Amino acid sequence: MLQTRVIPCLLLQGEGLVKTTRFKDPTYIGDPINAIRIFNDKEVDELIFLDITASREGRGPAFQAIRDFASECFMPVGYGGGIRSLEDARQVLSLGIEKIILNTMALRRPELVSEIAREFGSQAVVVSIDAKKRLLGGHEVFAADGTEKTGLKPVAHAQRMVELGAGEIFLNSIDRDGTQTGYDLALVRSVATAVSVPVIACGGAGSLAHFGEAVAEGHASAVSAGSMFVFHGKHRAVLISYPTRAELDAALSIPFPRRS
Amino acid sequence: MITIVDYNMGNLGSISNMLRKIGADAVITADPQKIASARKLILPGVGAFDAGMDNLARSGLLPVLHQRVLQAGVPTLGICLGMQLMTRSSDEGARQGLGWVDAEALRFRPTDASLKVPHMGWNRAMPVRSAPLTDGLPDEPRFYFVHSYYVQCHNADDVLLTTPYGGEFHSAFQHGNVCGVQFHPEKSHKFGMALLRNFAERVN
Repeated sequence: MLQTRVIPCLLLQGEGLVKTTRFKDPTYIGDPINAIRIFNDKEVDELIFLDITASREGRGPAFQAIRDFASECFMPVGYGGGIRSLEDARQVLSLGIEKIILNTMALRRPELVSEIAREFGSQAVVVSIDAKKRLLGGHEVFAADGTEKTGLKPVAHAQRMVELGAGEIFLNSIDRDGTQTGYDLALVRSVATAVSVPVIACGGAGSLAHFGEAVAEGHASAVSAGSMFVFHGKHRAVLISYPTRAELDAALSIPFPRRS
Repeated sequence: MITIVDYNMGNLGSISNMLRKIGADAVITADPQKIASARKLILPGVGAFDAGMDNLARSGLLPVLHQRVLQAGVPTLGICLGMQLMTRSSDEGARQGLGWVDAEALRFRPTDASLKVPHMGWNRAMPVRSAPLTDGLPDEPRFYFVHSYYVQCHNADDVLLTTPYGGEFHSAFQHGNVCGVQFHPEKSHKFGMALLRNFAERVN
């Protein structure tokens, strides 16, 4: 049986790593290579890197930086940020990245999802969806790192992306980002039960119990977190960490009551 | 020196990164002359079976690969699609495989709806018999997999590791000098590192 993947999500801004709260207030947390070496030692399941300013700044991927950190990664890696063409994707994959993550470009030019899936297979294409609660209920998808409304609903958007060839959905809650108050389980469940591909829940994880909830109640196939793996204590001191396999196995096998 | 065959199918950078990490010399090449003098080969690959066979044919490397593997008996490791290409055929395509091992690649058809295809993520691999490639792996070996088809060996003696996914499938084999692994050792931390070190140092 497959283990549920637990994936640190690292945010790149310039050459450093940052962590945001509700997609704002980026706090510098260190150098990517240093973090990767720690995550290698801790044997993390997978890593996700998101260049959070590429789309806002209208630029492409920082290929040299990707080459530098990818060569240190002895686990599967997804990369997102500024990938605007099949050629960008080809170049990123050739540097030792397994998965291309599209967010803003999947909204602006959805056919890119199909182009990459046709060329490299669906397993190489992850569509990332940033969603925010609406005042009157439901959720809305945002583009460009949470700065642009799209009017789209996460479920419909996710289903369309899967039809186009996305092999996974990386689903991030803007409201919960950096809060460590738990995943938006309603959001996770709505998308995870509506698509056939794995959904990676992100946004809000603050404890091992939150991982268990995302899987048992949210039906997520995998869980991702930022703050929990880079901060320690209530003053959010920077400390890169990752639970042991035994802790994860225990957390992920807790039987939670399933809501209908 | 390990020669990694470049036939334009997938992520060669990760494999050479991991070999560098363990201190094994490696070269990535599509040059038939370099392959003709190779002492050890890795056949990587990510993608579809027919595309892989077509790319191998187009690259002009088939004659030299057959010569090195079948006549010179050079130790050769197929990874992921590379492993599947070593078999006779695949459910995924119409092309003939390389036929270096009596096996075929079959589609996962899980009866349990919770088992998704592709089989993607970390899973266990249990040793079936002792072999230089897989002896001495760290305890409870687990590896990173991404695939929708799996290799079924026709000779039970060839099977080295099995992995559970709605039944056990053959996740590593060795038939003489021809070895294959379905998972990605280059992305499997200390477990993959140990396996690649075995291939570099012990498989002869």
